[in-house]
Amino acid sequence: MNSPPTSSSWLLWLRNAVILGALAAAAFWGVAELLAPPVVAAGRGTGVSKSVQAEILQTSAKVDADFEKAWAQQQVQPVARADDLTLVRRLSLALTGSIPSLQEIRMLESLKGADLPQWWLSRLLQDRRTSDYLAERLARVYVGIENGQLLIYRRRRLVEWLSDSIQQNRPYDQIARSLIDSHGVWTTNPAVNFVSVTRENNKGPDEVKLAAKVSRAFLGVRIDCVQCHDGKLGSTWKQTDFHQLAAFFGQADFSLNGLRDDPKLSYKVRYLGQAEEAKVSPRVPWKPEMLPARGEPRTRLAAWVTDKENKAFARTIVNRMWALLFNRPLVSPVDEIPLDGPFPPGMEILADDFTTHRYDLHRLIRVIVSTRAFQMSSQSADPDHPVTTAAENAWAAFPVTRLRPEQMAGSVIQAASLSTIDSDTHVLFRIKRDIDVSNFVKRYGDSGEDNFEDSGGTIPQRLLLMNGNMITNNTSGNPLINASTRISMLAPDTASAVEAAYLSIFTRRPTVAEAEHFKGLLASAKNTATRSNAMSDLYWTLMNATEFSWNH
Amino acid sequence: MNTSPCHGPSHLTRRSLLRGTTAAGLSWLTPLADILAAEAATAPSGKLARSVILLWLGGAASQLDTFDPHPETKIGGGVKAIPTAIKGVSFASGLEQTASVMQDVSLIRSMVSKEGDHERAFYNIKTGYRPDPTLIHPSIGAIVCHELPDAKIEIPTHVSILPNQWPARGGFFGAKYDAFQMYDPKSPVPDVKARVNDKRLDQRMEGLSVVEQAFARGREPDLDQSKTLHQLSMQRARKMMSSEQLKAFNVSDAPVKDLSAYGDTPFGRSCYSAVRLIQAGVRCVEVTLNGWDTHANNFEGQATQVKILDAAYASLIRDLKKLGLLESTIVICGGEFGRTPKINNVGGRDHWPHAFSMLVAGGGFAGGRVIGSTDPQGEKKEPERPVLVEDLHATIQNLLGIDYSKEVMTPVGRPMALSKGEPVKELQAHV
Repeated sequence: MNSPPTSSSWLLWLRNAVILGALAAAAFWGVAELLAPPVVAAGRGTGVSKSVQAEILQTSAKVDADFEKAWAQQQVQPVARADDLTLVRRLSLALTGSIPSLQEIRMLESLKGADLPQWWLSRLLQDRRTSDYLAERLARVYVGIENGQLLIYRRRRLVEWLSDSIQQNRPYDQIARSLIDSHGVWTTNPAVNFVSVTRENNKGPDEVKLAAKVSRAFLGVRIDCVQCHDGKLGSTWKQTDFHQLAAFFGQADFSLNGLRDDPKLSYKVRYLGQAEEAKVSPRVPWKPEMLPARGEPRTRLAAWVTDKENKAFARTIVNRMWALLFNRPLVSPVDEIPLDGPFPPGMEILADDFTTHRYDLHRLIRVIVSTRAFQMSSQSADPDHPVTTAAENAWAAFPVTRLRPEQMAGSVIQAASLSTIDSDTHVLFRIKRDIDVSNFVKRYGDSGEDNFEDSGGTIPQRLLLMNGNMITNNTSGNPLINASTRISMLAPDTASAVEAAYLSIFTRRPTVAEAEHFKGLLASAKNTATRSNAMSDLYWTLMNATEFSWNH
Repeated sequence: MNTSPCHGPSHLTRRSLLRGTTAAGLSWLTPLADILAAEAATAPSGKLARSVILLWLGGAASQLDTFDPHPETKIGGGVKAIPTAIKGVSFASGLEQTASVMQDVSLIRSMVSKEGDHERAFYNIKTGYRPDPTLIHPSIGAIVCHELPDAKIEIPTHVSILPNQWPARGGFFGAKYDAFQMYDPKSPVPDVKARVNDKRLDQRMEGLSVVEQAFARGREPDLDQSKTLHQLSMQRARKMMSSEQLKAFNVSDAPVKDLSAYGDTPFGRSCYSAVRLIQAGVRCVEVTLNGWDTHANNFEGQATQVKILDAAYASLIRDLKKLGLLESTIVICGGEFGRTPKINNVGGRDHWPHAFSMLVAGGGFAGGRVIGSTDPQGEKKEPERPVLVEDLHATIQNLLGIDYSKEVMTPVGRPMALSKGEPVKELQAHV
């Protein structure tokens, strides 16, 4: 034991030189990252041609006019437009499920003369994070969050397929038709999972669940409430309406070649008050003239659901996209839109524009984002006349809503890193991120299928944010990973340290009072360790504020 | 710093209040005593149950190898029967301690469900409803906390110890009724300890009030009270962090003799903790013992779990009785379904929702009764006197004085009864 070191002195010298060099490079790169990170291929355009952009603005202007009429009637005063960074934050949260990184903010601010929110929207629509996140949100609507039977169902495959479709901007009517009228095995045709998720106990697909899903997800009606009896409480739906819709799935069955339609099969049900089960023929609940006379039942149903005249289809996705962007649907609840109105301002204009432009989801998002309603501040500039609930409900102020658990987790992780975590991030880091997010969501409370009910924060959630591992690990001293430590080490002065923390966590700069308070705390730190603690405290404080957990 | 008009944050902590009192002693137990006294004065009969303990045998215990053995039959699998405190009723061997407390416990041998998948069956057994694509039903504990609110408790009133993938949820009553999840009580409760010292925590809270002022500007004055509940939940979280009642979660200071009676297992410690939580005034505690899903080597697998269960269950019933809490505490024990009479070719038993067993005790349940029976040859699926999952739920709610048939309006606009079942009168001590 204890043999003398064999390495010669020049080897040691070389090692030290390499370490010092690496540290110097890291420090240089870190300072650069903090103050003005490299601009990544920033073009000026909005991603669509000028004429298309003009058309989009025309449509959003029509929506604005609709809302302005309503505001005048209700005598509510709309608040002013939000600033650019607030809009950038909203877009990132809605489309990627996370706040923008400090790197992205610095890059955006280096673009001179561009319309930042529009530019950022175009950028996000190309980003895999957006299609992945939107696909996950839509998958919750289509198949829920259960994992189902592994042999015949892979949720992951469906989400990937949806993400590809969104990324390629596949027309939404095609997506819907693929899901309703899918054939084959889930491996080669991931859309089959929409049907196979309903299978239980080795029987065929569950017609009742499929009818409930199709009516809610694609038509915005909760016709499944009449599964057991005719409509109550003013509903005019009949029990037969629901089961005749379910009957379109009566021939769907699984064989060795996967999902197919077997003409020998049929759907049977025992109606309330009847002694015997009876065969039910497929019929649609409204506009039967749109239903093709021929074809397999599911093919006919898919054609009827996505018929241009079936406006319920367009309204439903308009309402859902609005909900994803605002965290609150235009018509509430998100999957119950009256067939014959009355409709809120904007709804009919958006639905018509969506239908006449080939069910283009990217365009729909662009139109909604261009409206005054989306760009509205959530805060009144006049403290004597604060925003009221009435104004918020009339979309005359941007609604303050609670972030979803996965948005919270994504934001904590992003805020703790100065650079962007996206598809270019190292795969190990992304895997760690996914595990962290799923652990956090488990403890924070997954809200299950995509709903938009606002409820206040709970005590376990608060404890998790105050004392939980995720916040602690992401805010405490760790110079390799954590932004708080990096900022504390690298920022040239206290003012820029506070600013970097605010931009990383709140996507805004501190107010004068805030800057004074935290600059004072940082300045009173006597050494590196206490300064690093003070920075951790600042990070903790911002992540535990209402502003961090609520969309605004 | 000013989160409340006249007190700084350190004044909110209960520990600082208690620091000066010499007679603190068992003061964390007082909420229950207060409430019982108040209830005794107002309740007409004075005999309603007020809390619930749910012991879930996750993965599904085999009724044939536990509470409903059929020895010497081809489905029995060589099980040995032992007598219980109920005359003429036997259990599988290994459950000797449980057998000895059966004068205080009743047994249902005919639970019937339609769900044969673990996730769906857990939903069903915890909520009394089958999964529904349109809404999530609240679990028993959430219903109890919603219907019988209690402002005096500083710790969560709905607790899940050793939760599996499907802990009890608030469902349409909201996430605030979700069970508070904790793991083996040997380790401290997660997330209740501040990660920094008091001075830094106070500094953080001071910073927070500066930040909250900036957010509140130009917004509704009562945004926090009426919507975000942010500061409110923060205050309550801090109150909990410093509450003496937190001790109920902790078994480290328990007398070794008391604790070892429950068996030196995570489940045993959790059952011990469940009793202390009920004593501190918690409404509902669920404890999960997984590992019963024996598709292969059924007999070994069941015997291992039976050993863990037997000591913990019997000790829990004995201690509740000794503390005078059994009268007011319902204790339910069972799996999400049962296991097949047929033994498969790898010596396992598969899923069987058609007839399985459940132990019920305390809180107005009669002791020493057995209802239902299954076919000793395992040929007939349906048991005698079937008890539906929703009927068990209605019985529990009835014993708590909750109107189980009451309809509440759900967020999807559909009125929903708290339970659609009917109480099983034979199981109630007083009808």
